[in-house]
Amino acid sequence: MSQELLSSLALFVLAILVGFEVISKVPATLHTPLMSGANSIHGIVLVGAMFIAAAADNPLSYALAFVAMVFGAANVVGGYVVTDRMLLMFRKRPAAKKPETGDAERASGNA
Amino acid sequence: MSSEWLYTIAFFAWLVGAAAFVLGLHRMNSPATARNGNLLSAGGMAVAVGATLVYLATRPGGLSGVAWAIITVGFLIGGGAGLWLARTVQMTAMPQLVSLFNAVGGGAAALVAIDDYLRISGTAEATVDTTIFVVLGAVIGCVTFSGSLVASGKLQGLISGKPIAVPGGRLVTIGLAAVTLVGLVVLVLEAASTIHLGGGLSALVLGLMVAAGLAFGVTMVLPIGGADMPVVISLLNSFTGTAAAMAGFVIANPVLIIAGALVGASGGILTKLMADAMNRSIVNIIAGGFGGGEDTVPAAAGTGGSVRSVNADDVAIELAYAANVIIVPGYGLAVAQAQHAARELAELLEERGVDVKYAIHPVAGRMPGHMNVLLAEANVPYPQLREMDEINPEFARCDVALVIGANDVTNPAARRPGSPVSGMPILDVDQAGSIVVIKRSMGRGYAGIDNELYANPKTGMLFADAKDGLGQLIAAVKAL
Repeated sequence: MSQELLSSLALFVLAILVGFEVISKVPATLHTPLMSGANSIHGIVLVGAMFIAAAADNPLSYALAFVAMVFGAANVVGGYVVTDRMLLMFRKRPAAKKPETGDAERASGNA
Repeated sequence: MSSEWLYTIAFFAWLVGAAAFVLGLHRMNSPATARNGNLLSAGGMAVAVGATLVYLATRPGGLSGVAWAIITVGFLIGGGAGLWLARTVQMTAMPQLVSLFNAVGGGAAALVAIDDYLRISGTAEATVDTTIFVVLGAVIGCVTFSGSLVASGKLQGLISGKPIAVPGGRLVTIGLAAVTLVGLVVLVLEAASTIHLGGGLSALVLGLMVAAGLAFGVTMVLPIGGADMPVVISLLNSFTGTAAAMAGFVIANPVLIIAGALVGASGGILTKLMADAMNRSIVNIIAGGFGGGEDTVPAAAGTGGSVRSVNADDVAIELAYAANVIIVPGYGLAVAQAQHAARELAELLEERGVDVKYAIHPVAGRMPGHMNVLLAEANVPYPQLREMDEINPEFARCDVALVIGANDVTNPAARRPGSPVSGMPILDVDQAGSIVVIKRSMGRGYAGIDNELYANPKTGMLFADAKDGLGQLIAAVKAL
């Protein structure tokens, strides 16, 4: 294996341990938002979709990259917005229930 | 700027994103910081995605017009659809939406891996280890894509929530796994130059594996009953994270590897927590359907016997003059959108000096913690929400247990062997002084068995939709 791959493997193993450590402390009350939040994080595969879009040079690759972009973007934007909506409900004040979308706008503004 | 510098800057931005994911998840520890944590995680995502775009556009060669079009149009369409769905979905339909987002995430990971394989196969880049990661990413992504779609369809009611036997059952599953394994070996041998297939043939092998992965996702989830869906969604969530990490290995991208591993680990832990809450092993859930199976033992004789029907006025008097009331909300409450009515009734009772608590079973609703979200939406103060272990000893001391649309999680049959719910931890509702069940009919829950609680002489059944029933109770309590 290449040195790069070995470093990546080390990163992978350490990140799994960090994941165990961080998540096992979350109370049951927040399990649904947590699942949803973790769900949005794997939307990071959008970065992979951008890489294949950049490398695409034939119609099949264009199509695969396009669908991957659509899927990944739906995962990221939808995931964060729906998690935010859930978490808004944990506020004590009976505030106006207008969903805030600051996170989504930030995400789309940068991409 | 040299391209090496550009890459270093992008790499730092990816690390910032990865750190934000870890810290964001960490802040989900408490309701007070959870929202902030999610925003931090979203910010990290924006930094990572933004940095990738800048890096791709400014590195030598840059982005072609077509690539720009794919990235921007794809993002706008996908992001727009996600935003619309996320903002319009009812809180009760959230589990299927999360499952849908999980499906597209897995699909994206699979597509990235497939495209990568098509690009590198037959070139010097197609080393043995890269091939393994690419192929694993493609297959795992496909399994989560089709599996999550089926899970989402089951929760939405598009596909029957009952376990559906796959013709051929276990054999088909084993066959599909074998196709995938053989395919992996063939492609690895090809990458090691032991055999020579040529581009077309190796693409065909990958195509077969993708098809097997898609079919595997369907045959894995179809036989699993609706009651186990939260565990399955959580497991598939973990798979998607792993698939994203595999894609990260291929393009040597740290943020994909860290984020994917984080999600893989968190999904794994949540899956285990959920399975523990139902006292079932993950293997047991995946291997066999829940309820409705051929080996289901009928509930003990005597259930389905006489049940006592009560009216709202009687229940209102009982509740208003009780000292302790425990409300047991279940999925029926969520479906009827009755969480606000439940809170209103609880407040009325508290004004009369009644001590009201909510007993939350870990799998109430359809995802772990789903009921907490629904009650929080109705502004129920969370100190009143009690988890199962904490509330169970209190049932013996409470005057009235008000069960609203909950079924299997209150079934005393779970304490005896031989029932499909055997061994599942339940709320000890039958210990309460008096029990009132608001339910539309004598219909069965997900486990498909009769609830012995309903035949208990202490139990009064108020046959009504959760919202109507609570409405009647509120009116009756006000009239006292």
